[in-house]
Amino acid sequence: MGWELFVNAVVSGLLLGGFYCAVAVGITIAFGMLDITNIAHPAFVVAGSYVAYVANSTLGMDPLVACLLAAPFAYLIGRGLYRVYYVAFESREGESLQGLAFFFGLLFIIEVGLLMEFGVDYRFVEAPYMGPTLSLGAISVPLRYLVPMTVGLVMTGLLMLFMYKTFIGRAILAVSQDTEALRLVGGNPVKIKEIAFGIAIATAVIAGALLIIIQPLEPSVGREYIGRVFAICVLGGMTSLTGTVVAAMLMGVAENLTSTFVGPSWSPLVAFGILLITLGFRPSGIFGR
Amino acid sequence: MTGNHMSASPTAASTRKSGRLGWPLVLLISAAIGGALLLAADSFQNDYAYLAAYTVLQFIVLGTAFNILGGYGGYVNFGSAGFFGVGVYTCVFLYTLSQEYGTPEPPLIVSILAAAVVAGLLGFGTGYLTLRLRGIFFAIATLALAIVLTTLVTNWGFVGGARGAYVLRPETVPFFGNFTRYLFIVMLVMAIVSVLISRAIEKSWLGRGLDAIKDDETAAECCGVPALRVKLITTTLTGAMMGAAGAPYPYFLTYVEPVSAFNLQIAVNTLAMPLVGGLGTWIGPVIGGLLLGSVQEYAKVTISSAANLLIVGVVLVVFITVAPQGVVGLVKRMRGRA
Repeated sequence: MGWELFVNAVVSGLLLGGFYCAVAVGITIAFGMLDITNIAHPAFVVAGSYVAYVANSTLGMDPLVACLLAAPFAYLIGRGLYRVYYVAFESREGESLQGLAFFFGLLFIIEVGLLMEFGVDYRFVEAPYMGPTLSLGAISVPLRYLVPMTVGLVMTGLLMLFMYKTFIGRAILAVSQDTEALRLVGGNPVKIKEIAFGIAIATAVIAGALLIIIQPLEPSVGREYIGRVFAICVLGGMTSLTGTVVAAMLMGVAENLTSTFVGPSWSPLVAFGILLITLGFRPSGIFGR
Repeated sequence: MTGNHMSASPTAASTRKSGRLGWPLVLLISAAIGGALLLAADSFQNDYAYLAAYTVLQFIVLGTAFNILGGYGGYVNFGSAGFFGVGVYTCVFLYTLSQEYGTPEPPLIVSILAAAVVAGLLGFGTGYLTLRLRGIFFAIATLALAIVLTTLVTNWGFVGGARGAYVLRPETVPFFGNFTRYLFIVMLVMAIVSVLISRAIEKSWLGRGLDAIKDDETAAECCGVPALRVKLITTTLTGAMMGAAGAPYPYFLTYVEPVSAFNLQIAVNTLAMPLVGGLGTWIGPVIGGLLLGSVQEYAKVTISSAANLLIVGVVLVVFITVAPQGVVGLVKRMRGRA
């Protein structure tokens, strides 16, 4: 019996990890690769959840479809946002703290904006995959976790293909390695970063659909993810997408094992304990070079 | 509130002119400002004035503490809510302990000192653990620390755990009268003391060391700045200041639970005040705290408590984009042009 409990906890941890991966991949791009501390990333995720909620409750649209349709707009918003950020902070020297505060402000604007529009009630969506659970022997796999994990992993996989195979993707990797060198070979780092940041915000909105599938939410839920996504990004070695997947899985499993065997209220301690220890002893993360 | 702003500015101006004010004079001026503020708050004849002013002063203490490490040294402490919360819960712990053993509850001053010691030790520990971390990694480590602390307190049954804890206020305090007035006076004194500490550091070897570390830590070390010692002293000091600011909070709210004690809102306000006022100057957090704090208190009463968060957000985004160096920077720029 204890064994089954353990396996189930690990499996649901992996499922959760796939979802964490979807939330954190945007941070790996924005923070790890572009060096933009977008602390408002989880707020964009929650904004995406509300897009899914509105489309679902008024039009009966599937949350995933709704957020995929919203993603191009999120991409454009992200590009615009980076332009503002670049002009106001990045082009000036030594004002990273101000940039950080900018995103902090943005976080609260989004959160309170949603709060004023939708209130503090918990919102949820309806979809055919919300109820059923697959049973593989003793292991149960709820579809409402399986779908987000699949989408999260597919999205990350597609991003990997994009990063390593396409011209723009490689340019983004180049920006993350050496901005000056990119400039020397004739690339425009600002434009590349603008595109990359747009992609990061688009992934946040898609992750929003996954979030509202997994749990009912209210506007301030995003705060719980701030520490988590940065932890995953750092654990995964900042720039590595593979690292992000592994770290997200690790985070999911660690949290789930703790909440199964010790109690749900203890689970943040393990995840952030891991992060603190990593930072203290191996600041470059598990997959860092 | 604007009255203090007016009376504080000449202090700054005269400091610049005469180069250095003697300590007796500085203390005298501070005492005068404090007395004037007390009289101003008394003149409202209303408990609410004390409570509103208390909140503003609390953020001046927090902002000043943040500014010492973040403004002078360039190390962003995201975990200010963690240190603040530790202060809050040190006070709750002492209170619960006294209830448990039926002894008279500890005086507020004792709680404040205890909170300063505990949070100071925590600051030292943080500094020690994060020695190798620079820039944003330090910020993330402090953020993680705050979450770990929240989890620990949530699971610590003795201080109420997730249910929270009630703290009963005494009706009156001898000599100070009304307890709200007493809380206000305590926070006023703490605000003045922390601004004095900050001002003293700015002009001391510690301040210059932090300044050098901010510009280039490796270069500073090479030039003989004891970066390690400077950082440890500073993290301990800012931790202690933030903890001390948290200690009276349970009495202020009379009920605390982990979510409100370690709230992100506290962290963002702590960051916002010095940024709006001007980072890296002792007067910055004071100006920022008075401006932003008063606007927030006003919005809380006239609009709603959600609105005051929105205001912080908008102010941060707009103000920081337009004037990255805060009010102090704006004033400097205007003087440069004139």
